[in-house]
Amino acid sequence: MDDLRGIIEALIFASDHPLPAEKIGELLPEATGPQIKEALGQLVEQYRSRAGGLVLSHVAGGYQLRTKEELAPWIVRLKSGKPPSLSTAALETLAIIAYRQPIVKGDIERLRGVDVSAPLKGLLEKKLVRIMGRKDVPGRPIIYGTTRRFLEVFGLKDLSDLPSQRELKDLGI
Amino acid sequence: MSYEIKLEVFQGPLDLLLYLIKKNEIDIYDIPIALITRQYLEHLDKLRSLNLDLAGEYLLLAATLIHIKSKMLLPAEEEPETEEEDDPRQELVEQLLAYQTYKEAYLKIAQLPVLDKDVFKRGNFPQEEPGRKEEEKIEANLFDLIEAFQRILSSWDQAEIMEIDREKINLAEKMNEILSSLEVKDGLSLEELLEGAKTRRRLVYTFLALLELMKQRIIKAYQNVSFGPIRVYLSVA
Repeated sequence: MDDLRGIIEALIFASDHPLPAEKIGELLPEATGPQIKEALGQLVEQYRSRAGGLVLSHVAGGYQLRTKEELAPWIVRLKSGKPPSLSTAALETLAIIAYRQPIVKGDIERLRGVDVSAPLKGLLEKKLVRIMGRKDVPGRPIIYGTTRRFLEVFGLKDLSDLPSQRELKDLGI
Repeated sequence: MSYEIKLEVFQGPLDLLLYLIKKNEIDIYDIPIALITRQYLEHLDKLRSLNLDLAGEYLLLAATLIHIKSKMLLPAEEEPETEEEDDPRQELVEQLLAYQTYKEAYLKIAQLPVLDKDVFKRGNFPQEEPGRKEEEKIEANLFDLIEAFQRILSSWDQAEIMEIDREKINLAEKMNEILSSLEVKDGLSLEELLEGAKTRRRLVYTFLALLELMKQRIIKAYQNVSFGPIRVYLSVA
């Protein structure tokens, strides 16, 4: 393969969602896994060293081209409407779910000390949180967890990519 | 005339308690319960003077604090072997520590660049979603729905023909019917949903199915303006 890097770059560009390395492997049986991994690494590095407007991010288990964070003010001019925003209550709830999933509503409320019905509803609507099932205890409460969309929106590779994950683990919470 | 300077917006009773502990530079493992309880109650009074509806949760924690305080005033029972476990503050401290940890986690998450706000991917402009995001949607309440239903019913001036051969209409079936049509089309207007109903009975059943689905939060009803047309969406895909 002469231009593996170019092909992968084009695939990522054309994809609507973050493109996983495995998917690229399926699409390019001509190349080996290590070759693809290497090309991806080079591409990420290329975008980083080039003083352009884009970065190649590793998010939600795949690769995606995104604009640089500091360029947001200009992109906002292009877009109409206000950017999506989450309330403090919603973010707190989301943080608890992200770190403690799978978790039932009662446990979230115990941690926050307040009712979380409203923020939870908003998070479900924004598809940042999903229902994972029901817990097999009396009342069969619903179990919540974060979605792939959550990873995509917050630019996380996977759940282990969450900030201060280790410190939280150390506390044994 | 008193001047309220600034009241932090608290995310709940634990948040307020944590704030007081930080403000007083108190060791979280050794909370002077009398002082904290007094300040906590003072804050509740301030909140009340602002005419904020005091949620039960705040009062619950106030009660917990007073309970702990009274427990600490009582002489300890003669069970020296459980001395470590005996601190009545322990449960509260654990709750506070857990909350503090998640508050830090939340602050970290809040700092992450957010897609469509700080970073953008290729051409996914919100306005491309047809007609849905153009206007801020208002969630329709029960009364909007009933009113719309009555409008449809009254526009249905066709004289009711008495049917002897009653068809069996099943509410569950009707609910599934609505759900499957919503899966095909993203959002339907109330009129579209009730269109197929040829008899008053069917109309009523469809409406009942709609209400049941809303009650179970499987679907949601929205309107763009008050008294505007109501559209129904699946709430979680």
